[in-house]
Amino acid sequence: MVPLSYYLVLSAVLFCLGVAGFLIKRNVITIFMSIELMLNAVNLTFVAFSAQLHKLSAQVFVFFVMVVAAAEAAVGLAIIIAIFRSRQTLNVDKVDLLKL
Amino acid sequence: MLHLVLFYIFAFLCVAGAVNLLAQRHPINSALSLIVVMGSLAVLYLLLGAEFVAAIQVIVYAGAVMVLFVFVIMLLNAGEEEHSNASRVAVYVGVPALIALAALVVYGLLHNTPTAGVQLAIGEFMGGVKPIANLLFRDFLLPFEVTSVLILIAIMGAVVLAQRGED
Amino acid sequence: MNEALTFLLFALIKSVLVIFVLLTAIAYTTLLERKVVGRMQNRWGPTRVGPFGLLQPLADGIKFILKEDVTSPNVHKFLFLLAPMLALVTGLASISLVPFGNQITVEGKSTSLQITGVLAADSNTDIAIGLLILLGITSLGVYGIALAGWSSNSKYSLLGSLRASAQMISYELSLGLSVVGVLILAGSFSLRQIVNSQSGGVLHWFIWPQLLGFFIYLTSAYAETNRIPFDLPEAETELVAGYHTEYSSMKFAMFFMAEYANMFTVACVATLLFFGGWSGPVPGFLPPILQMLMPVFWFAFKIFLFIFLYIWVRGTLPRFRYDQLMAFGWKVLLPLAIANIIVTSAIVAFWPQ
Repeated sequence: MVPLSYYLVLSAVLFCLGVAGFLIKRNVITIFMSIELMLNAVNLTFVAFSAQLHKLSAQVFVFFVMVVAAAEAAVGLAIIIAIFRSRQTLNVDKVDLLKL
Repeated sequence: MLHLVLFYIFAFLCVAGAVNLLAQRHPINSALSLIVVMGSLAVLYLLLGAEFVAAIQVIVYAGAVMVLFVFVIMLLNAGEEEHSNASRVAVYVGVPALIALAALVVYGLLHNTPTAGVQLAIGEFMGGVKPIANLLFRDFLLPFEVTSVLILIAIMGAVVLAQRGED
Repeated sequence: MNEALTFLLFALIKSVLVIFVLLTAIAYTTLLERKVVGRMQNRWGPTRVGPFGLLQPLADGIKFILKEDVTSPNVHKFLFLLAPMLALVTGLASISLVPFGNQITVEGKSTSLQITGVLAADSNTDIAIGLLILLGITSLGVYGIALAGWSSNSKYSLLGSLRASAQMISYELSLGLSVVGVLILAGSFSLRQIVNSQSGGVLHWFIWPQLLGFFIYLTSAYAETNRIPFDLPEAETELVAGYHTEYSSMKFAMFFMAEYANMFTVACVATLLFFGGWSGPVPGFLPPILQMLMPVFWFAFKIFLFIFLYIWVRGTLPRFRYDQLMAFGWKVLLPLAIANIIVTSAIVAFWPQ
C-alpha cells in the first residue's frame, strides 16, 4: 500500500513547483500555466484524503475546483489577448504602465 | 507492490513534467509538459479509486482547458522568453526560499501524517458516477447551481474581453 | 496474479487481431469511398489494379511508403513528428472499449469479446465509465490537428488547423450532450450495460425513443470527424489542404488513416448506443464457433451501413461555409441537445412505473 504521506508530499512538491514557475517565468501564458499546476496539486490532495477517509464529498469539491479553474482560465486568457492587442508583448515586465 | 511501482512511475512523470514546464523557454513546450502532468495525475486518481474524477480530469483539463492554452499560444504566436532584471531577483531570492518552504512542508508531512496507507486495492473504485451524482445533485445542489451561474458569467466576460474595440 | 496474466495475454491477442482487422478495414474503406462516390458521379471508381480495383489500397500503401518524405526546413521538428502520431493513436484507441459480442470460448478457454472486458465466472463486465473514456479520447483528438497546423510553420496550415480545432471543440459539446438521453434510459456509462438494456428485439433499441438524439449525434459526429458537409478545414479548394498541407508520404497517410479510424469509432458508438449493438434476428443453426461469432457479424454489418451512410452523404451534400458551420453548432445543435435532455429526463421521471 502507498502511504498517504507520499501523495501529500507529491502534491506539496507540485505546488511549490507551480509557485516557482509563477515567480521565475516572464511569459504571462507560462505564469498562467503555473497557476493551473497549483490548482492540480490541490486537487491531488483532495482526492488522496477522499480515498483515505472514504468520504466522497472531497471528490465533489475537486469537481468544483475544476469548474472554477476552467472559468478562470477562459477569462484570464481573454484578458491576455486584450493586453497583447494593445501592447504587442507577452512579457510581464513590459506591462508596467497603466497607459501606454 | 504493484501499487507502489505504479505510484512511483506516475509521480516521477508528474514531477518531470512540472520541472520541464519551468525549464522550457517556448510556451508551447511548457503547455505540452503540463498536459503530461495532467495525464499522470489522472492515472494517480485512478490509483486512488476516483474514476469519475480521473475521467473528467482528462476531458475538462487535458482536453479543453489545455486546448484553450494551446490555441492562445498559436494565435498570439508567442515566441521564446526573454530575460530581464526582475527575473534575476526572483530566481536568486525566490527559488531558495521556495526550496526551503518545500523542504519544511515535506518534513512536516512525512513525520506527522499517520502511517496507515491508503487502503484501496487497484481496481476498487469508490468514486463511481452514481455515488458522486447522488452527492452532487442532492447535498451539493446549491453550489452546483452557483457554479453554473459562474460559468455563464465567465463566458460573457471572455466574449466581451476578446472582442475587438469599435473603431 | 495468474488471472491478471491470463487477462493480459488474452487482451494482447485480441488487440492484435482487432487492430489488424481495423487497419485492413480502413484501407478498404478508402477503396469503397472512391468506388461509391464514383458511381454516384456516374463514373467507375478505381478498376485497374486487381479485379474490380480490389488491390488499389495495396498499391496506395506501397506508394505512401515509397514516396519521398519532404519536410520544410523551418518546422518545429518534435511537434511535426508528434502530431500525426497523436492523431492516429487517439483514433485507434477507442476500439479497445467497444464490445463486439458476449463471449467466445475456444478449446475450453473463454474470453469476453471486448478488449477491456473482464469475463468472470458469472458476470461479463467492462469499464464502468466506458462512454466517458470514449468522450475523453475524442477530446484528446483535437491536439493532433492543432499541433500539426502550428508546427508546419505555414499560413495555410495554421489557419486550417485553427478552424478545424475550433470546429471540433464546438461540436464536442453537442456530441457529449446528445448521448445523455441514452444514458438516462440505460442508467449506466458502461457500453456493455447500454447494449444489454436494449436486448429483447428491434422495438427495444434506443433509436425509437431517442430519434432526435440520434440525429444530433450523427450530425455532431460528422463535424467531429471533419467529413462533408463539415470538411471546410481540409477541402482542396479552400485552404490548400488545411492542416496537412506540409505533410507528405507516411505522415500524411497517418492523418488519412486517423480520419477513417475516427469514422469507425463514430459508427461503433452509434451502433452500440442506438441500434442495439450486436443483436441480430433469430439465431441460425451453425457450428458453435461460428455461432459465437454471429454477433460480431451483425455488429460489423451495422457498422458497414454507417460507413456507407458517411460516404453517401459525402457524395451528395455541399459543404457548409465556416460561419454557417459555427452558427449551426452553437445556435441550433446545442439548444436542441439540451432540449432533448430535458424532455427525456422529464418523461423518465414522471413515467408511471
